[in-house]
Amino acid sequence: MKGAPFAGVLRLSRFMIRQDRMRYMWWLVGITVMTLVVPPAFNELYPTEQDRNLMAETMKNPAMEAMVGPGDLANYTLGAMVSHQMLLMTAIAVAIMNILLMVRHTRAEEEEGQAELLRSLPIARHSQLTASILTLFGVNLLLALLIGVGLYSLSFDSMGLSGSVIYGASLGVVGLFFAGVTAVCSQLSESSRGAVGLSFTVMIGCYVLRSVTEWIPPFGWLTQVQPYSDNNWLPVVGLVITSLVWFALAIILQGKRDIGSGFLPSRSGRAHASILLRHPIGLAWRLQRTAFISWSVGMLVLGLSYGSVLGDLDSFFQDNDMLAAMIVADENSSLTTQFLPMLMAVLAFISTIPALLSIHKVVGEERKSRVDHLLGRAVSRNKLLVSYLVLALCTGFLMLSFSALGLWLAGTTSMEDPFTFFTVWQASIVHFPAVVVMIAISTCLIGIAQKATGFIWLYLFYGFLTLYLGGLFQFPGWMEKLSPFGFVSKLPIEDMNWLHAGGLVAVAVVLLLFGIHRFTNRDIEG
Amino acid sequence: MNVIEMNQVTKTFGKHQALDGLDLTVRNGEVFGFIGPNGAGKSTAIRVLLGMLRATNGTATIFGKDVWRDAVDIHRRVAYVPGDVNLWPQLTCGEVIDLFASLQGNVHEQRREELLARFQLDPTKKCRTYSKGNRQKVALVAAFASDAELFLLDEPTSGLDPLMEKVFQQCVAEVKAEGKTVLLSSHILSEVEKLCDRVGIIRQGRLIECGTLNELRHLTRMQLTVETRTPIESLASWQGVHDVVPTETGWTFHADAEEMEAIMHKLSVHGIRKIESAPPTLEDLFMRHYEETAEGRDV
Repeated sequence: MKGAPFAGVLRLSRFMIRQDRMRYMWWLVGITVMTLVVPPAFNELYPTEQDRNLMAETMKNPAMEAMVGPGDLANYTLGAMVSHQMLLMTAIAVAIMNILLMVRHTRAEEEEGQAELLRSLPIARHSQLTASILTLFGVNLLLALLIGVGLYSLSFDSMGLSGSVIYGASLGVVGLFFAGVTAVCSQLSESSRGAVGLSFTVMIGCYVLRSVTEWIPPFGWLTQVQPYSDNNWLPVVGLVITSLVWFALAIILQGKRDIGSGFLPSRSGRAHASILLRHPIGLAWRLQRTAFISWSVGMLVLGLSYGSVLGDLDSFFQDNDMLAAMIVADENSSLTTQFLPMLMAVLAFISTIPALLSIHKVVGEERKSRVDHLLGRAVSRNKLLVSYLVLALCTGFLMLSFSALGLWLAGTTSMEDPFTFFTVWQASIVHFPAVVVMIAISTCLIGIAQKATGFIWLYLFYGFLTLYLGGLFQFPGWMEKLSPFGFVSKLPIEDMNWLHAGGLVAVAVVLLLFGIHRFTNRDIEG
Repeated sequence: MNVIEMNQVTKTFGKHQALDGLDLTVRNGEVFGFIGPNGAGKSTAIRVLLGMLRATNGTATIFGKDVWRDAVDIHRRVAYVPGDVNLWPQLTCGEVIDLFASLQGNVHEQRREELLARFQLDPTKKCRTYSKGNRQKVALVAAFASDAELFLLDEPTSGLDPLMEKVFQQCVAEVKAEGKTVLLSSHILSEVEKLCDRVGIIRQGRLIECGTLNELRHLTRMQLTVETRTPIESLASWQGVHDVVPTETGWTFHADAEEMEAIMHKLSVHGIRKIESAPPTLEDLFMRHYEETAEGRDV
């Protein structure tokens, strides 16, 4: 290959594989396991055709279709169910893997100067990009094989060889498609962060547009494949061709630019701070803005997806003993109403996560010695911690509200006799005192022993276990009372217990004051 | 009046004694050099002064106020530049400088622009793209653009190139001319020599020497390398000459600063072909300090 434009490609590929083999392995193992655990679980949960048809019924709503795409609902075999509910979600994981790996091999190497070092060797201009493409082609091929063979080896009746192979192959080609997209984005953007951002934007755009029209590659095409029912190879071939187009485009673009440069000019930021950013709380908000917006969207979508199944719950419950055991039996209200507190509890646990992350941000800032800049100026420790606290409390409140909003929105479209928004919101916001207690405990940990702040996650998980699975495993009642979530009234099926709510708030206030006091009296680490 | 006063300050982290009875006074309007090897307790002392660490024992005041209790009050008149400047990757340099300025008091638009130009910083660039030296420059611009009366600078030049170091030195000279006080910590003796009125040397959490550079002259020896036309047999026995090592063509030795004149005189008789001198390093200074204290003990 002397003097060829692709000299050294194979050696570079080998080098990449050697360098990153563990990273590849974890991704491949992760995605394969995530795929292979599902069919046996579904088989357990929905053993008969009747169970599956019921599930198919709950899937017949616009929200579910927007999320997972169309499926063979008329003939909902185990295979059809797996491919309907899992294929698109798994494809997103595969896309993320390809985006991150591709940027790592291309723009990130260029940014860190390794590319320059390599290109000074007898290696052609396009070799690195070609080697990255070749490597990721191999990774996606391996993934397709692992999943195809893995699914077939589970040996369920409805999951035959051809279906399994096309299942694996369709994931592989979606991966290839995003390897191509990212290869192009890496030429366009000047930084690896920019390239990742651009590629993710394309991915999310494709996903969202797919719910509008099924003819948007790659996700729209992917849902046309219908493994285990239609086994349609045409979209798979189409995706291979579009991937090749992306690769060719990336190589052409690379030939037109200098090393280290991009086609999109790097955006420069503001030369001055906005009025908001001139206060500690403005800074705290700015640091968490992106995370806050992402979580808000996430909670809304989660609420929507929970809400979309509400309409079919009653019929669904009658046939599922396991779920029936988890909720309170009551003659006076429908099963859906009885199920609402449990849904809200799960959403409340998840809403607690961003609130806790928000207060924990101050610990991260301390570890990175960035609070020094504030405390070294005229900012008191009180003011610093309270800024983060206010944000954490608002985050908790809003996340509960967003999840309620999502659930209510989807519920009104799917139910015959929908809940009012206020009912749903009450059932959600009743958890707020418990969320405040969790934030207060975190504040105490930050005040006393910032190294131990991780403990709160364990405690949150404990609360989740006792409450969510307590009914199922018949845990003794006092176990859930060890978590603040055990004192939350189950609206709308129970009456509001103001004593409990007031007690939680009182405990929270005491813990908060104590935590703040300790924080103002300890050493700042750095 | 003394701006900073530390009396017998100790600070322990678990079993580790970071400060061990530190006494330190910095007078109004002076540039005080605070030198010592890494891990000697310079940063700990500065963090105690900033009220981030609570002294285990002893008292520390700035402007006569308690550094722990009145931290916020004191900080309105203090500018602090840490040795390792961590900034928020998503903010621009300009945003950080404005944030810092507004947390302290006023933003001086003109001074800000002038300093940005002198330190060659682009305010629209994200901190993510900045090297250590550039982040340090951001902190320096924020500090020198403020109205502070006291500057606490913790190894502020460790990432700067020589050109920027020069700009930094000018800035220190300017604030000194305005009658402001500077505490400059460093482990580079030559930097401190250029800027400081008085120097304090810290080791293992204690101030072991303190005074003007002239007063510390007894600790500073030049390292000389000479080549002469005629051999100097008696060099090792000369007054103020130490550690004589013959090289292929001449000698290297250390010379006491106060004996320099006499040594030069004697050397010139032998016909100097070549002479090189190197300023004393911090290590030399410590060696000298220990020699002296050991000698003192022997006597």
